[in-house]
Amino acid sequence: MKLSRAEYKEIARWTEQLRPTRQCMKQLREKFPNHSQSTLLSIFSLEYQKRTKRTISRHHAPDAIESYYKRYKSEAQTRPDDPVMLELANEVDLSPALMARLILDRSLQDSDCGTPSKSVLNSMLKEPSLIPDPTLAKNVHQCTINDCCYGPLVDCIKHAIGQEHEVLLRDKLKEKNMSFLDETQLRTMGYDKTPDIILEVPAAVEGHIVHWIESKASFGDDHSHRTYLNEQFWSYWNRFGPGLVIYWYGFISELDCQRDRGILLKDSFPADIVTLYQAGQAHTPSSSSATAAR
Amino acid sequence: MAALLESVLLKKLDINVVLDWLKNNDEGDKLSLNSVDVAIHKQEFIPFLLNFLREQSSQALTHGPATPAKTPSRPRPPPQSHSFTERRGARSSGGGGGSRNASRVQLFSPAPSVSPGHDADAMGPSGSHCLSGVSAFSSPSFTTGWSPASRAPGSDRRSAQRVSLGDFMLSPTEHQHSPNVQSQKARKRSGGIATGGQGRHGRGGGQSDDTGRWSGRGAAAGGSNAKINESPPTVAQLNFNNLEDFPPVGSSPISPSSAKPSRRINPTPVSTERPHSKPKTCFTSTPFSKTSSPPIEAPDSSVVAGSPLSLQEERELLKREKTKRAQHVCAPLPLDSITPTKAGMRIGTKVTPELLTPCPEPSKVTYCTELDLLAELYCTCISENLVPNIFLELFFVVQLLTSRSTHSHEDEQNSSCAINTDILERCFLRQVHNCVYFAVKVLESQFSLVVHLDKCSLRLLAENERVASFSPDLRDRLTQAQDKSTAKLSPSASTFIHSVPFQPATDNRSNFSNDKAFHTFKKQRDIFYEILREWEDFHKEPGWSFDANLGNRIRGMMNQLNSAGNHSHFARLFLKQLIQMCKGPRGNSSLGDTPDADLLGMLGADSLGRLKRLEERLIQPQTVIGPCPPPSFAGHQEFFRDFLQTASCCQLNQHLQDSLCQQLLQLDEVSILSPPVSNGVEEEEEDGDMEHQDEKQRFSSVLLLARLLAKFLGFIAFLPYQSSEKPSREIQETAITLRSKSAPMLDVCALLNNSIRRKRTILTVPWLVEFLSMLDFVGPLILCFRTVLGTLLLLYRRMLLGKCGEVCYLNKLLLVSVLGWLFQIPVIPEDIFFTSEFTEVAQIDTSSPSATGLDGIPLVDHQLLYTCCPFIGEFRKLLAAFVSGSTAKSGGIIRKITPTSAEPRNTTTANRSKQKLQLDLEQAFFHNQPPSLRRTVEFVAERVGSNAVKHMKATLVRELVERGEKMLKDGLDSPNSSATKLNDSICAQLCEAGLEALERATRFCSEKSPEAIRILLPEETSPAVLATSESITKRLATEKACSWLAANITALIRREWKSKYDRVVKSLSPDSGEVDSAVDELVTQGKVLTPKRKQTNERVATCPPHCTHSVPQPSDVMIEIKEWLSIAVGPRTDAELPTVLQLSALLNRVGETLGCKKFSTAVSEQMLLNSTVLLACKLVSSELPVLPVPSSDLMAGLDSGSAPPVRALLERLGELWERDECSSAPIHLLFSPLTVSAVLQASDTQWNNYLFLVRKLVDGGILSEEEVIAHWKKLTNLELPGELLEKFQLESRRVKPLSQLSELQSHMDMLQVSHQAVEGAT
Repeated sequence: MKLSRAEYKEIARWTEQLRPTRQCMKQLREKFPNHSQSTLLSIFSLEYQKRTKRTISRHHAPDAIESYYKRYKSEAQTRPDDPVMLELANEVDLSPALMARLILDRSLQDSDCGTPSKSVLNSMLKEPSLIPDPTLAKNVHQCTINDCCYGPLVDCIKHAIGQEHEVLLRDKLKEKNMSFLDETQLRTMGYDKTPDIILEVPAAVEGHIVHWIESKASFGDDHSHRTYLNEQFWSYWNRFGPGLVIYWYGFISELDCQRDRGILLKDSFPADIVTLYQAGQAHTPSSSSATAAR
Repeated sequence: MAALLESVLLKKLDINVVLDWLKNNDEGDKLSLNSVDVAIHKQEFIPFLLNFLREQSSQALTHGPATPAKTPSRPRPPPQSHSFTERRGARSSGGGGGSRNASRVQLFSPAPSVSPGHDADAMGPSGSHCLSGVSAFSSPSFTTGWSPASRAPGSDRRSAQRVSLGDFMLSPTEHQHSPNVQSQKARKRSGGIATGGQGRHGRGGGQSDDTGRWSGRGAAAGGSNAKINESPPTVAQLNFNNLEDFPPVGSSPISPSSAKPSRRINPTPVSTERPHSKPKTCFTSTPFSKTSSPPIEAPDSSVVAGSPLSLQEERELLKREKTKRAQHVCAPLPLDSITPTKAGMRIGTKVTPELLTPCPEPSKVTYCTELDLLAELYCTCISENLVPNIFLELFFVVQLLTSRSTHSHEDEQNSSCAINTDILERCFLRQVHNCVYFAVKVLESQFSLVVHLDKCSLRLLAENERVASFSPDLRDRLTQAQDKSTAKLSPSASTFIHSVPFQPATDNRSNFSNDKAFHTFKKQRDIFYEILREWEDFHKEPGWSFDANLGNRIRGMMNQLNSAGNHSHFARLFLKQLIQMCKGPRGNSSLGDTPDADLLGMLGADSLGRLKRLEERLIQPQTVIGPCPPPSFAGHQEFFRDFLQTASCCQLNQHLQDSLCQQLLQLDEVSILSPPVSNGVEEEEEDGDMEHQDEKQRFSSVLLLARLLAKFLGFIAFLPYQSSEKPSREIQETAITLRSKSAPMLDVCALLNNSIRRKRTILTVPWLVEFLSMLDFVGPLILCFRTVLGTLLLLYRRMLLGKCGEVCYLNKLLLVSVLGWLFQIPVIPEDIFFTSEFTEVAQIDTSSPSATGLDGIPLVDHQLLYTCCPFIGEFRKLLAAFVSGSTAKSGGIIRKITPTSAEPRNTTTANRSKQKLQLDLEQAFFHNQPPSLRRTVEFVAERVGSNAVKHMKATLVRELVERGEKMLKDGLDSPNSSATKLNDSICAQLCEAGLEALERATRFCSEKSPEAIRILLPEETSPAVLATSESITKRLATEKACSWLAANITALIRREWKSKYDRVVKSLSPDSGEVDSAVDELVTQGKVLTPKRKQTNERVATCPPHCTHSVPQPSDVMIEIKEWLSIAVGPRTDAELPTVLQLSALLNRVGETLGCKKFSTAVSEQMLLNSTVLLACKLVSSELPVLPVPSSDLMAGLDSGSAPPVRALLERLGELWERDECSSAPIHLLFSPLTVSAVLQASDTQWNNYLFLVRKLVDGGILSEEEVIAHWKKLTNLELPGELLEKFQLESRRVKPLSQLSELQSHMDMLQVSHQAVEGAT
């Protein structure tokens, strides 16, 4: 779904007050009933990540961590059955999953000897049953499961979504009889940068030549598109020529301005594809010879 | 020289003698004129003649392309030395040329400014006027002037003149020592002149402007030694301050020794400075700036044209000087040729020339005889390559043709020149009538050259009303030529890909020494393109500076390269990108010419040419830059040049040089097949034609590439020595000494000599010229470059267009024009052309003529010529400017447009764009494939196409001819038959039938191409690539064959038929049997092997055999489970709780999803399983309560009643985990303290459910009892709260019967034992 920049901004503005919870997502859906859920979630996620990037340092300040930890401890003691950590996260506007990580990290330092390794931390977040303190474990679990932007489960879902869309893309290409190499094949051939798909035989999408296709199971906003351009799309262009990016969850329509330069944006698999020597469409020799003979 | 010209004009000397002398190369340089008792050197005479013509016409050429082109001679670098100030004081030195004059004009060196009045005029409206190369006032001005009226023709007169000349001479001391008083002097001088000139001769003072004139060697006099001892009281307007040129009368002996050496190098005697030290600018290269302006005094006379000192005086002096050093053969050197300048403007004040331009009429031409003679002389110089640049001369002629002189007869009546008795001072070319007459004469005589202009120029010439009125014959010839001309400028299709493809063979990790280098290069590539894109976006914006915006990034990149040692990789990328973007003709054109891509896209590939032409006419460049533009980096080349300059990385440069050298030498060796030697049988021509076309194309591509590479090689090679100004003499000499010691990168001499010997100059010279055009100021003086320049000069002189030699005309034309261009560019010393300094070190080895070289093959076509020498297109601009009726300066050029040319032909726009898209796709296809694929396809297509033609000849044509033979015989059998009539009708029938050839050739190509491609491509080629390659080959081959056949089949059949017919008729015995010659059977290719198809390397999907993959996607299911889990962990409202149906449906979906592998990955699968276990935990502990189902009917399948609905779900979960793909479900989570304690904290129901689940797992074989026990054992080891533990033990005992395992019991016992304290408590 393509959105104008203005529409996008409206949604973005509205998400400013939201927390990454189930309840807030519901509000968002109700506010913008005409947009698809996944688009909304993707937009929220982008905006929320930006928000987090802006503010994370504040939360990571030692005194902030200390105060969160203390608050958690005291509240967990007084109200062991309440979702105190989640409440705390929402109150200070930090992602619950990140809050869980902060507090878990801090409490492990307290109980154990020294700083826990990252992998220990990660596995505990993934499987809170490994956390010795049951109350903490419960709170952590509550936080990671409720968070719809961060956390192992969300990461996994995002990964799965990306994966699924690549599969869908490959399906579509096969349907169209378009031969391609995918990332894994390209890696084995030693390519240094690899788009999801390289067409073995280029095709023209809406009149533009396309050598490669990148599938993005997210919404394309200014920030992420710029980042992708710099880190991926132009790199692909630099190596393989012009290509197509599919933002399955839509993008800001104004961003599709590099078509002539070799980067085409779509929000779905394109319908207007012309391939070389399509059945019945082949360059008929007679016509070209007539031209040449002239 | 003057004497010679005079003699000719006065018909004292037979013109043919002179022409012979000019044409004859061998017979020495000198012509002895008995009458005047002097010997004249060719190298002196020619510049004299050229200057004479320029000056003559200077007033007439006020119009027009008053662009720099007009004054090509003028552009000069700013003067560098002050020792020339006196000179500069002379108006002649006006433009930056002052300094140059010194060096260049030997013959008539700049005269001190003599007529202030003129100066003033000159400075008038546009400063540049005074810079014009040839001004009417130039010293030996023949146009106006002062010629001592009293002089009698002949020698008497001359001798008389000496005296007067002396009077006008500058005193040498003044010259030398008082530069500062220049203005004063100038004033003095002018005063003197005024008096002198007027007083004595009643004429105004003349001016001299030596700049821009050709100077001959005669000018030379010794350097400073040449000073004159006597100082004339006043300075004449002659550029006589060049005492060398015009030694003072009676000046005594000038020491020849001093004169000679300095002469060669230092043509200007006046200054002690070396002339070489003046940088020369080529025409148009730099705007002139006035460096010094002579003091201006109010004109003291109303003289319209300045009349300089009398020519006679000059001539006189010259002659004397000559005789003195007749033995010195060294030549002077100037050469800035100059087409006439706007001198006329000075006189014409500010009148817009157009308004007053009289219409030239043949009847008003005066001095016909003289003009004819002049034209003849001039044409001979052009034909004999005695001029440094023939196109420059042609340009001058066209300027004359389009002259907009304001002069009318009336002017002339009043002017002194009409009554001038000195023939050389008559105004031959002052009036437009005469100019046009002369121009037309020259054009007529140079028709063979003119004919090679592009079609558009020819048309403009043919349509030029002046041509029509002066020579209808010429017009007719032009019209005819225009029809025949194929010299059109077709554009190159735009390449839409601009990046260098990543090729694993050269770019992947194995090509790098370590990971770091590999990854650094990965970044370099991206940064490089980022910079390139930024440049593309912004470089045209005003104020944008390359270095300021990109410099740091580039330098940072170089640092990284240095540390990673990746230069060779980057050099390769850089060069490939350079070639990709700049190779085509587009690279040469300016960016402004870039066609609007969309429009082109719309019109399609085959119409690009037409559109481009149309466009060219519409957006006619507004300026005529003249035929000698300085070397430049146009278009994208600019980026690469700036990049190198900014990077200024010696490692990179070295790598680039190595690579460029290698590639260049390879290209230089490329073998181009000559067309089959025609054995008189024209039949061979077709095949030859066709294959030759390909060779020509290949040649042109090689040549263009070599030129590009050579230019950059030159750029890099001479980059360290570049300076904006010519170094001083001392520095220069030191530099020469130093640099002679090390060998240059490229052994240019050997290359050139080798190339000449092997007759490959057509390939080598054009790129060598590009290389040399990058020379720095000192470069040309270093022996090896001096030699190579000298050799090129010799080559140029030999390359006579008019003579048929071994070199084809267009080949020669290309060589002549690139060389002519080279001789005009700034860093090449001015004196190269008219001295022997360069040629004496050079020689051309003609001894060993090798069998075949490239020079004799017609390789150059107009397209290539114009691509290499875009300046030839200046003619069109000049002519178009004339047509438009406005000067180029005053605005755009309006051309009539024939609207039809823009009309699409029979195909629709949609079709066109489709076609274009297909072509683009083809190009794109090759982009990421290994280069060998493209080569193979092109090669096969070429061969198959060619074979198709041969096959048609061998089969169809033969069949047809035989059929015709039969028809002829049958026809002849019938009475009253006429062989001739039969012949015609049969021929027509055969030709018509011959059109079948196209169809057959198409079939042939479609059949043969795929076979060949399949054999030639690697077996591993993927099917899609293979199929596409086959199709492209098919198309290319068919196109090639059909286009040739369509154009030639008729002719071929006619010819074949004709010979058959002749034979039949001749012998009248058709059955001679000689007909059946061996048929050119095509060897059918062996059985084609089908290449192994590459395995499509897909992720192994282990879906069940009939899986339709129509399952919910993992992410969706996960999102759903996550939702329920988050409700489970809370916070939540009761309204959010799930019903058993919802959950059971979810479990169904989970089951389905897990059953299909298509969309899942190991990670998502695992997470899904985790989630189900988590869900089970939440269910079994009732942390996620399940809402009862309203209707009990729905529960039928479930164990309703006592068994809670949860059990049904648990059962489903158990079943799910039993499946193979679920073996990795983290069942252990069920035994985690969190879960167990949650269960224990809840009611018995939950515990029972829990046990139910465990039982289910054991029964289902998911867990062995040992595992259960192990889990429990672990649990008991943990410190559960005492209360819970107690409960746990109680409950677990109840489990025992369920488990029916004594083992379990024993473990429980152990548990009890180990926890004595707990045990005790029970």
